[in-house]
Amino acid sequence: MNTLDARGYSCPEPVIMTKKALEKGLPLTVMVDGVTPLNNITRFAQNKGYKVESRAVGEDYELTISK
Amino acid sequence: MKNKQTLLIAATGLVVGALAVLLTLNGNPANMGFCIACFLRDTAGALGLHKAAVVQYARPEIIGLVLGAFIMSVAGKEFAAKGGSSPMTRFVLGFFVMVGALMFLGCPLRMVLRIAGGDLNAVVGLIGFVCGILGGIFFLKNGFTLKRTYTLSRLEGTWMPILSLGVLALLLLAPSLLAFSESGPGSMHAPVMMAQAAGLIVGALAYKTRLCMVGGIRDAVLFGDFYLLYGFVAIIIAALIGNLAIGSFNLGFDGQPVAFNDGLWNFLGMALTGLGSALLGGCPLRQLILAGSGNSDSAVTVMGMIVGSAFCHNFGLASSADGPTSAGKIAVIIGFAVVIVIGLANMRKEKV
Repeated sequence: MNTLDARGYSCPEPVIMTKKALEKGLPLTVMVDGVTPLNNITRFAQNKGYKVESRAVGEDYELTISK
Repeated sequence: MKNKQTLLIAATGLVVGALAVLLTLNGNPANMGFCIACFLRDTAGALGLHKAAVVQYARPEIIGLVLGAFIMSVAGKEFAAKGGSSPMTRFVLGFFVMVGALMFLGCPLRMVLRIAGGDLNAVVGLIGFVCGILGGIFFLKNGFTLKRTYTLSRLEGTWMPILSLGVLALLLLAPSLLAFSESGPGSMHAPVMMAQAAGLIVGALAYKTRLCMVGGIRDAVLFGDFYLLYGFVAIIIAALIGNLAIGSFNLGFDGQPVAFNDGLWNFLGMALTGLGSALLGGCPLRQLILAGSGNSDSAVTVMGMIVGSAFCHNFGLASSADGPTSAGKIAVIIGFAVVIVIGLANMRKEKV
């Protein structure tokens, strides 16, 4: 399982980190700590044709990106 | 979902452009319905942090932007006190973003409004702005990071809204304690309540959509994502229509309001602002909005911009309609050196 912890980083860094992590394989799980990176990564991944599922985990969010 | 987001940011841009024209029609300086750099500078002047008599006024728009974002983030249960991501570096970046903006005479938002008023000097500024952002993207692609933030106490995240309320209280209850320009741009302003309301509306919308002048160009280049750019373009469209309607569209380089026509320094001023803002992760407007919604790093950045604006006027760095000053040119060159060193010093060893 490919995972990325982008909590604490401000945009655009979580998106850049996601872009890089996607090269290492799918599915990718990304942890973020705000709605801004959640929305930005979701939009980025959907624009690239990936499927994105997300759920709240405490105060953070977990995104699962797959084909 | 995606289309709804796009519609909302386009609508936000239209509202910002329309309100900007409304504010100029009711007293704000021409092409200056909103200008984060100018208004922070005016507020610094009202508080006596600099003594430039023509640019002193506690701008209610700034207070409204911060409080609009604060109210919206609290209402949406999204208010989050976060900070600790290289605060002093952000202060210095904020300082030089202001040096660049006061060279050009406007923040990126005013640059957009100047373009919509027909000021071609602002198109030169835009070219510089894009070049600055491209420089920032170079650093980002090579692993630039100001490191992560941490969750802090709610009070830590609330200082910018509290300080804004303090300035509002002074403006409404004890204006005699503040300095107010009797002539020049600082003396020109819309009625307090109108400016306050416009700030609140734009603050709330900008929070909700994350409207950002830097982010629009950055995301388009970096990710092929045009979401934020729709807001940018919508501001130009609405302000252009508004300016044409009220007869204040004036196409050309010469005789533009609160502007000068030295292309090189318009270019370099906005390039410095673009580069610094790209490293900060957002334009001055976005920093204010983030500061209102609990981000204490952005609050520190705003403080850097306020101190920067005071330095610009205390040391004669700020341009005027007569053009740039020698000291200002030196400050912009120093600014590039400092910002580039910050970029180089904060790159991860491993590329991302």
